[in-house]
Amino acid sequence: MKKSHLVPTAIMVALIAVAPFFVYPIFLMKALCFALFACAFNMLLGYGGLLSFGHALFFGGAAYAAAHAAKDWGWHPEAALLLGTITAAVLGTVVGLLAIRRQGIYFAMITLALAQMFFFLCLRTPFTGGEDGIQGVPRGMLFGVIDLNNMYAMYCTVAAVFLIGFAILHRAVHSPFGQVLKAIRENEPRAISLGYDADRYKLIAFILSAALAGLAGSTKALVFQLASLTDVYWNTSGEVILMVLIGGVGTTFGPIAGAVFLIALENYLAQLGSWVTVVEGTIFIVCVLAFRRGIFGELSRLLKREL
Amino acid sequence: MLAVPVQALFGQLLIGLINGSFYALLSLGLAIIFGLLNVINFCHGALYMLGAFVAWFLLDKAGLGYWPALLLAPIIVGAFGILIERLFLRRLVGLDPLYGLLLTFGIVLFLQGLFSNWFGSSGMPYEMPKQLQGGQALPFMFLPNYRVWVVGVSAVVCLGVWAVIERTRLGSRLRAATENAPLVGAFGIDVPRLVTITYALGVALAALAGVLAAPIYRVSPLMGADLIVVVFAVVVIGGMGSILGSIVTGFGLGVLEGLTKVFYPEASNTVIFAVMAVVLLVRPAGLFGRQA
Repeated sequence: MKKSHLVPTAIMVALIAVAPFFVYPIFLMKALCFALFACAFNMLLGYGGLLSFGHALFFGGAAYAAAHAAKDWGWHPEAALLLGTITAAVLGTVVGLLAIRRQGIYFAMITLALAQMFFFLCLRTPFTGGEDGIQGVPRGMLFGVIDLNNMYAMYCTVAAVFLIGFAILHRAVHSPFGQVLKAIRENEPRAISLGYDADRYKLIAFILSAALAGLAGSTKALVFQLASLTDVYWNTSGEVILMVLIGGVGTTFGPIAGAVFLIALENYLAQLGSWVTVVEGTIFIVCVLAFRRGIFGELSRLLKREL
Repeated sequence: MLAVPVQALFGQLLIGLINGSFYALLSLGLAIIFGLLNVINFCHGALYMLGAFVAWFLLDKAGLGYWPALLLAPIIVGAFGILIERLFLRRLVGLDPLYGLLLTFGIVLFLQGLFSNWFGSSGMPYEMPKQLQGGQALPFMFLPNYRVWVVGVSAVVCLGVWAVIERTRLGSRLRAATENAPLVGAFGIDVPRLVTITYALGVALAALAGVLAAPIYRVSPLMGADLIVVVFAVVVIGGMGSILGSIVTGFGLGVLEGLTKVFYPEASNTVIFAVMAVVLLVRPAGLFGRQA
């Protein structure tokens, strides 16, 4: 791990450890699930330069798979999470293979369109429960011994899932693979001329991002015991973009801050109904116009160190 | 296939043509905006919705009916577009085009949230103009006048825009600026003004589609939300290089969607996206596009 990341990581772990004594654990679990989702998305946008507008597909698709496995097949939670992650990776392979055929703005439109197609498929197939979603998903016994119906056991599981996902992403980004990915983002023709198969790198990044988004989605399905159409709708894709944008695109800790911020905002403004959307839209506009570095981008500029 | 009644076939074909008109009007606007501004106007669907709402307001608050609205709504929404371009998009020139996409997505959330608060999500009906009510009883189907009117107007407007861009002085400047804006600026043409005009024109087309749609669908805050995603797919399929291409693709895919409703209704929502996937595999640049 990079030296400059040691202190912030320690602070983050400490916060995760003490937070449930001060804040409502369900809220924290939701925030952690979305934080992992945002980190997975950030790897793709911040390091690969690929803006996917369809990441809800992987988040929600995995949620359906995990919920189905846990409820209808009676799988253990860890197996359900694994199945959700694999489902998302498979979906990511299909979407990635199609989407990386175009770049930039087209990439965004293609991922959005494919996610919308998936949304309609989910709406139609009986498997997903249509408008009702899959409700009453049992949390079950982790590894057959830990009862996840206990709030703190569930919280620790979510925290562990988040930290594992965060570590995988951090490792991937700060590896030779991550360096090549950045090189491709900066100058694709040059990276190709140096002998790197750009499309293969982009595809791997896409699949990894999709898989971890899926892990986040499956965990969310267990926490809320629900997988629904909201998880696959394009609003969710938009939200994860906003989280990363607020926190700071391409920063290590920004997406986490962005996710906590947005989930808190939604929580406190919940009684205002669709005003939340207006507020989100305004934040989007302000961020793009005046705050493109995001919270952690600005912070790392002030502190003159990479965060 | 033979079991399909002729009436249903032609009925769905007509609905397909109507949807195709909206796809064509919207993707045409997207294409010309993208050509000059290098921005994908995500709020195109929201401005289509705004067009329908302006028509509804004009009727409800000012007593102005369908015919004045057909002219006024695009002008009002076009003026709103000028504001968006001047206040926001202009500041993003030179940045990654993805920022334009994100900014206009923010505008979508803003407008949709605002109108959902105001009117709820179910929406209001908008009455069809008297002159266009009723229809023609053809031997094989009933042909509602209003639908024929929508298809006709859209076709004429699309061809009109194509003619302006291909045949007039303004159009030739626009095409030149699309190719090389700094050079056109060096010839003394006011490129920033051209950009504003283009954006307003593209947005006005969306508003026109909104007014045309108002009597068919209900006027509702979310009417543009799913439409814009389909239009994106249309744009990917057609490629944004050609004006005529986006018109043809728009109408063609509308008809294809209508036909799918007859023969395999389960797939009618997804057929356009499936076509997009196939086109990406076979011809990644789009049917009429140039690979960048």
